[in-house]
Amino acid sequence: MANIMEIQNVSKIYGPLKALQDVSLSVPPGQWLAIMGPSGSGKTTLMNIIGCLDTPSLGEVILDGVRLSSLKPGELTTIRREAIGLIFQQFHLVSYLTALENVMMAQFYHSLVDEGEAMEALERVGLSDRARHLPRQLSGGEQQRVCIARALINHPKLLLADEPTGNLDEINEKLVMDILHKLRGGGSTIVLVTHAPEVAAHADRVIVLEHGKLAEDRLNERGGDAGPLAAAGLAESEGEVGGAKMAS
Amino acid sequence: MGAKTALQGNRPFLFRMLASSLVRRRSRLLVALTGIAIGATVLLGLVTLCYDIPRQLSREFRSYGANLAFVPVGGALALDRGLLEKARAFLPQGELVGLTPFRYESVRSRMLPYTAVGTDFTEARKTSPFYRVEGAWPARPGEILVGGDVAERTGLGPGKTMPLDGRNSRRERYDQEFAVVGVVITGGVEDEFVFLSLSDMEAMTGEEGRVDLAEASLSAGKDELERIAGAIKAALPGVDARLVTQVTRSEETVLAKLTSLVYLVTAVVLTLTMICVATTMMTVVLERRREIGLKKALGADNRRVAREFLAEGLCLGIAGGLLGSALGLIFARVVSENVFGRALNPELFLIPLTVLVSALVTVVACLAPVRRAVDVEPALVLRGE
Ligand SMILES: Nc1ncnc2c1ncn2[C@@H]1O[C@H](COP(=O)(O)OP(=O)(O)OP(=O)(O)O)[C@@H](O)[C@H]1O
Ligand SMILES: [Mg+2]
Repeated sequence: MANIMEIQNVSKIYGPLKALQDVSLSVPPGQWLAIMGPSGSGKTTLMNIIGCLDTPSLGEVILDGVRLSSLKPGELTTIRREAIGLIFQQFHLVSYLTALENVMMAQFYHSLVDEGEAMEALERVGLSDRARHLPRQLSGGEQQRVCIARALINHPKLLLADEPTGNLDEINEKLVMDILHKLRGGGSTIVLVTHAPEVAAHADRVIVLEHGKLAEDRLNERGGDAGPLAAAGLAESEGEVGGAKMAS
Repeated sequence: MGAKTALQGNRPFLFRMLASSLVRRRSRLLVALTGIAIGATVLLGLVTLCYDIPRQLSREFRSYGANLAFVPVGGALALDRGLLEKARAFLPQGELVGLTPFRYESVRSRMLPYTAVGTDFTEARKTSPFYRVEGAWPARPGEILVGGDVAERTGLGPGKTMPLDGRNSRRERYDQEFAVVGVVITGGVEDEFVFLSLSDMEAMTGEEGRVDLAEASLSAGKDELERIAGAIKAALPGVDARLVTQVTRSEETVLAKLTSLVYLVTAVVLTLTMICVATTMMTVVLERRREIGLKKALGADNRRVAREFLAEGLCLGIAGGLLGSALGLIFARVVSENVFGRALNPELFLIPLTVLVSALVTVVACLAPVRRAVDVEPALVLRGE
């Protein structure tokens, strides 16, 4: 429907192991979803399926109205390129390219390289003075912010972050969370995998996986103005407004 | 925006990425580059030599080697020197390198029989450049050369003297002592001979004007030689002029052997280069699995991944080819000067050809690694800790 992401009875089976079992989930546009769960519970597996990097063994994923099972591998690549921004725990920056060039690379594979725009993206994550540094000349926090700038450069409808703060200290974790807050304020849909409850607390909604099953699904209750508004994203009216916006 | 515009707008970044990869990872690519450069060095070096040396040799054969022989005909036992001078008039002056008379006499020295050859040493040096003389060529009357085998048997050499005696056609005895100034080595029958100047031989025997054989060297092609020989035979009944083909044949044999050797060595070297590049690129692909996975995760399809790797291979191939061409020219020059003793006259069109072959070989060597690269599953490599 109007949901940006619809997961219907998805399972992922590796031989005897069921990494995901019958997971169903609906995410309206603009929602910030946190996925929690113990190690090996299937969080990364779920992220990869949502991110079109992997396909489910059973079940169906519908992204922005598109049924993924009906697509060929090449078309999945297109969806990934057009609609999704990825942030990884291990950053995955290209070692021989500068911070700026790493961001530009995402533009390169998406559409058109625009150095000025890439520079602005680095500015937004507070790294304009590090633009010409190679990844090894950057701290972990700085590398992760380059990674975020890269994920955001093509204005994805859906931002997927797999433990983006897992390798960062508290200060850098706060920097990253601030950036994500700004994004959510701008209407982006965020899916964030984390082990840390204090990170999950920033989200509008938290789901918990256990042994590949959806064990918990709750809305965060929070003070302040952003929380209730975003949480209301689940409500019918807001969802339709958001859906209309996404459909354009 | 059209796909074409996107491609053109992105091209500078493609080059930037390529340059960064090549420059910032240069130590990794050094092995491949060295391999390609060595391959190109050998390729250009050998092909240049293959081109240049036989050409130089054949020029030498043609301009110096005897290619026309005059022999007596029609019952005559010898040529007359006057007849030879008449034959000389038929030889175009501009193309005549040398005309050497030969007269053979059976002589004895210290009881042993020898064949003495009377000739013109100045001309012989021109028509028989393959005569190797240890010591000096005779320059004054009374000086002689002995053949290598004679020298070995008798212990004669520069500084020694050699008495010659015999009888002329009038049965008159002669006897004279000569100074040996050099030993001539050809590997042929000449090694059995004793060489003296024709005038010394005439003085010794008291018989003048006889020549048994003459050899001319002309820088002319086969057709012209045949024409000249025909003209001489027609005009001078006592002379038969024959084309000497032996030299040409040996020249062709040398060429063919050299060429097939070069092809063989080149094929081996190119194969080794290909293996070296393929191995290096395979390592490069393994090292860069994450990067490839990342590019795919960012939306690069297989074609782009393959294209970028091949472009990198192409750059390596061209760089290696250029480097190797420079080294190859140096290599060919050194070999040419030290082994063949002559300056190199390189064919410049071989350089772009070498670069092209290097680029091709590198790209072909990259095909298997590239197939590996496009098979990378982003979900798997990006998951890795
Ligand atoms: N390609 C694969 N082949 C076989 N098993 C796999 C594969 N990928 C993942 N698994 C298994 O699936 C299960 C879920 O893995 P997943 O990476 O999704 O866990 P996770 O929740 O992300 O864990 P972590 O918190 O440690 O990152 C694990 O038991 C893992 O070993
Ligand atoms: Mg994980």
